This record gives sequence, C-alpha cells and structure tokens, in this order.
Amino acid sequence: MSENGSLAAATWAQVELARHPDRPYALDYIHAIFSNFFELHGDRLFGDDHAIIGGPAGLDDRTVMVIAQQKGRNTAERAMRNFGMANPEGYRKALRLIRQAEKFQFPVVALVDTPAAFPGAGAEERGIAWAIADNLIAFAQARTPIVTLVLGEGGSGGALGIGVGDRLLMMEHSIYSVAPPETCASILWRDIARKVEAAEALKLTAADLKRLGLADEIVPEPPGGAQTDYGVAADAAGAALRRHLGELEAVDLDRLLEQRYRRYRSIGSS
Amino acid sequence: MFRPKTRYVALPSPRAGVGEEVDRLTCPKCDTSLEPARLSAALGVCYRCGYHFRLRAPERIAMLVEPGSFVEEDQAITARDVLGFKDSQPYSKRIELSRASTGANEAVTWGEATLGGHPIVIVCLDFAFMGGSMGAATGEKITNGIERAEQSRRPLLIISASGGARMQEGMLSLMQMAKTAAALGRLGAAGVPYISLLTDPTMGGVTASFASLADVILAEPGAMIGFAGGRVIQQATYETLPEGFQTAEFLWQHGMIDLVVPRPELPATLRQLLDLYVRNGVARDFQLQQEKAPAPTPAVTG
Repeated sequence: MSENGSLAAATWAQVELARHPDRPYALDYIHAIFSNFFELHGDRLFGDDHAIIGGPAGLDDRTVMVIAQQKGRNTAERAMRNFGMANPEGYRKALRLIRQAEKFQFPVVALVDTPAAFPGAGAEERGIAWAIADNLIAFAQARTPIVTLVLGEGGSGGALGIGVGDRLLMMEHSIYSVAPPETCASILWRDIARKVEAAEALKLTAADLKRLGLADEIVPEPPGGAQTDYGVAADAAGAALRRHLGELEAVDLDRLLEQRYRRYRSIGSS
Repeated sequence: MFRPKTRYVALPSPRAGVGEEVDRLTCPKCDTSLEPARLSAALGVCYRCGYHFRLRAPERIAMLVEPGSFVEEDQAITARDVLGFKDSQPYSKRIELSRASTGANEAVTWGEATLGGHPIVIVCLDFAFMGGSMGAATGEKITNGIERAEQSRRPLLIISASGGARMQEGMLSLMQMAKTAAALGRLGAAGVPYISLLTDPTMGGVTASFASLADVILAEPGAMIGFAGGRVIQQATYETLPEGFQTAEFLWQHGMIDLVVPRPELPATLRQLLDLYVRNGVARDFQLQQEKAPAPTPAVTG
C-alpha cells in the first residue's frame, strides 16, 4: 500500500471509531459526569426533537446547562433519535436552552455527536438553515461561558448549530468535518466509494483540528477507544470540562465575549 | 440535442464594443433561442418565460447600484490551499483555473456604493468562481464587509449565490459560518439594517449562516434555495419531493423569506427598503442639512 493509502486507511479507522456503535453517547457521559440532570423538552414552537436533548444539571457546586446530540443504541432508539440528526425543532430547543442559560447565568456544556443536520423535506420546509444560522448568532453572543466537547461525530453545520463557544474540546477518537466524507466524495468525485480518500483530504481527526488551531484540547480515551471503558472516558471528559469551565468563569463577561468573537474572527484571516 | 449549458448572461457593459460577437443563448427553461442584445436589455431575464439567468458579481453590482458609485475593497484577497487538498486535481490548481476563467480572485466581491441615494456596503457572491463556495478567504471578505457596515453605519446588502461551504478547505471553511454570523450579531446589535438577496442557487452553509440572518430577505423568482440538496434528501429519506421544492416561491409560502422580487424590480424594491430602514437619526440629519441650504426663490405665479 502507498504511503498516502496507509495514511488514508488510518484516518478511516478514526472515522469508524468515531462512529463505533458501542461508543458512549451523550446520555452516558451526562449521567457519569453531572448530577440531577433534568431534561427539558420541546421548542415551544412545533415539537420536541429527540436528536437534541438538554436541560440543567449539577456539576460540583454549580448548575450548568447541558445541550447535547443523542444517538440511539438499538433500532427503536435509533429511529426515535433520528440517528442523531436533528430537525429544526432540535436547534430551536437548543436556542431556548441557551437563552435560559444566559438568564440564570448557567455555564453551557455542549456535547456534539451527529452525522449531520437531518436532510429531509420537512426540515427544509420548516427552515433548518434558518434554525442553525440563528443559533450561530445566539451562541456567539450568549453572555455565559460555553464549552463544546465533540464526543464522536462532528457533522458539518449540524454540529456547528450547537457548536459555537469559548473552547472546543475533542475526544481523542472523535472527528469534526465540513461534510461527512461520503457526501464530500459524492460532491468532488461523484463517487461515494472514494470516502476513504475524502476523509484523509478533509483533515477531520481530533489531531488534525488541534494542529489547525481549531481544537483547544484532545481528551484522552482508554486504549482502543471510549467504548472499551465508559468510566475512564467520562472521567477524562469531566476533568477537562471542569478545568475549562473554571478558567472561563474567572473571565469578565465582556472580555469573554470579545475573546469569543476574536476566536472565530481570526479563523482564515491571513 | 445540442444546447449550450451556460446559465450566465452578460449585461451591457460600457466597455463592450459595438457589435461585439455574442453567441445566442438557449433558455434552459423554455428552450427559446434568445437574442443576446434583447436578453441583456432584459437584465438576463428570458423575455419569453421569465427565467432568470445567473449573473456574474460585477454585472449584478452594476445592475443595482448608481453608476460609478461602487468602490471595490479587498480585491487582492484570494484563496490559499492550507490543507494541501487534492481531489481529481489539486485545489491550488482549481484556484488558478477559477481565477483565470472568472478574472476574479475569489467567489465574492464587496465594496461601498450608493443605491437610491443611500450609501451602502454591498457584498456579492459569484457562483462562477468555484460554485460561489465559501472558503476562508471568502468568509474573510464577507466579514470585512459586515464589519465595514457596522463601523460606517451603512446599511448592508449581501447577494448570495453559492453551493455552500468549500470542501477543499475542510473545517476552516465550516468555521466561516460562525465567523460571518458572529459579525452579523454585532451588526444587528449596532442597529444597522441588513438586507439579504438570495439568487440561484443559495445552498448549504451559506443558507445556514449569513444569507438567512438578515432583517429582510428577498429572493429572485425560481432561485433554488435550501440547506441539503434534493439528491441528498432523496438518498437519505426516499421521500418524494413536492413540486417546486426549495424554490424561492416555496420558501416564501413557508414563511422563510419576505418577498420574491423579479430582477427588473430589484433596484426600486431595495430603494424602498433603504428609505424605510435607514435609521431615523440618519434621516433626520439629512433633513437638517437640507433646511440649512438657502431657500429657493419663490416661483412667481401669475
């Protein structure tokens, strides 16, 4: 195998680990790290989206607002969670929660794990692009600290719709991509089978994002991946979240928002 | 059957020589063979069926703003291949080819101009440059335009035409969604009006960021506007897509845009909006200046 070929194969192994069906999902981390998680439901406009969940939860002596993307474990759950692909209602529920977090000065923990926003006719009719775009502004301007942790798959605008914040942490074997490798292959090569090459070209691993200066920290996973030991993975994630929240809570809010603006403003400025 | 594939049309330019050779175009919608001069005079709208051909950014800007008022900014900013991306050809090669074929350095052109007497900031995407896709340089220019509107308090007009994020720049491209949106958040907080004009096509990460974050959203008739492409939706859901799915008219029916405006009516519509949205304070200053001017001699009536 060529050097490029083996690189691509290694990247593809990361993609498969990020999507591993036994990997801990958002609720596994939530129950391990936080206490008293109280799930809030509904966007108060149309419905409740089970692909995005959230609500207040305890972390040490503070309340945080958790906003998370949840995948399903078995067939029935996967259908209920729509394979972790949110409709506009999910993003609008997240908007409701971030406004509430601001109101009560809860720091926000956003857990990202989605292949993409749901590509469906109904999602388009109800303005999926509008819902995501509104969140980009709301998260950019929310007057409370926000830490984002990518658990598995960070899929495109679907991830960014709850993904703007002060820190971007990534689990060691998670990925974050402008588009799923399959979609990218279909756009650029018109051939989904070229997904392995696409994955390598996209630079989507946690290590790639760290190197590009987009991710702040890689959270270590147990050997073989988080699916081998949920407790170890959650402990590492919890420790990282506590540390970053602690740092951010010490920053004056005006300064925090200016830093958050600069963080995004500087990406791609030459 | 032979049919030229182009969906672009050149508008009359002061520089174009008289009798310049232009090929006849076939309307992709009604199949009519169109006379270039007549099509140009109709602003690139098929004079038989109303199909709106795509416009290049310079033509679009010239069509909307007062002649000679446009001052371009950031002309030199151009895409860079940060990731060393290669699909069927290297991204650096694609940039070079796009520059050569379009005469532009990026998929967006911006600057200051005057429209209906109002100084504005105008930002215009160009689908001819890599499908109008948003890379880091594209996002940088758009954000510079938004920040200029905020600093100068000039109303902002962004004209979109884009397939979405630029795959070849990976996550740097995706993050331009957050960057442009954050800048628009500040523009909104400063109370500067923003009008978004969606043209064919506006998709993906562009729809899901700056294009849909305006105070008023207009679209051209028949423009394809959405997030996921129809093919992706069908592959994922096997759904039968409704008639006219993701057209400007469909979005209007679903409450996503304010108005579908035929191209010839755009300058008047934009002028009306600017008259209404330019902040009262600014309008008052303008009136005061008028009052200071010497009173005109009363007309003698007899």
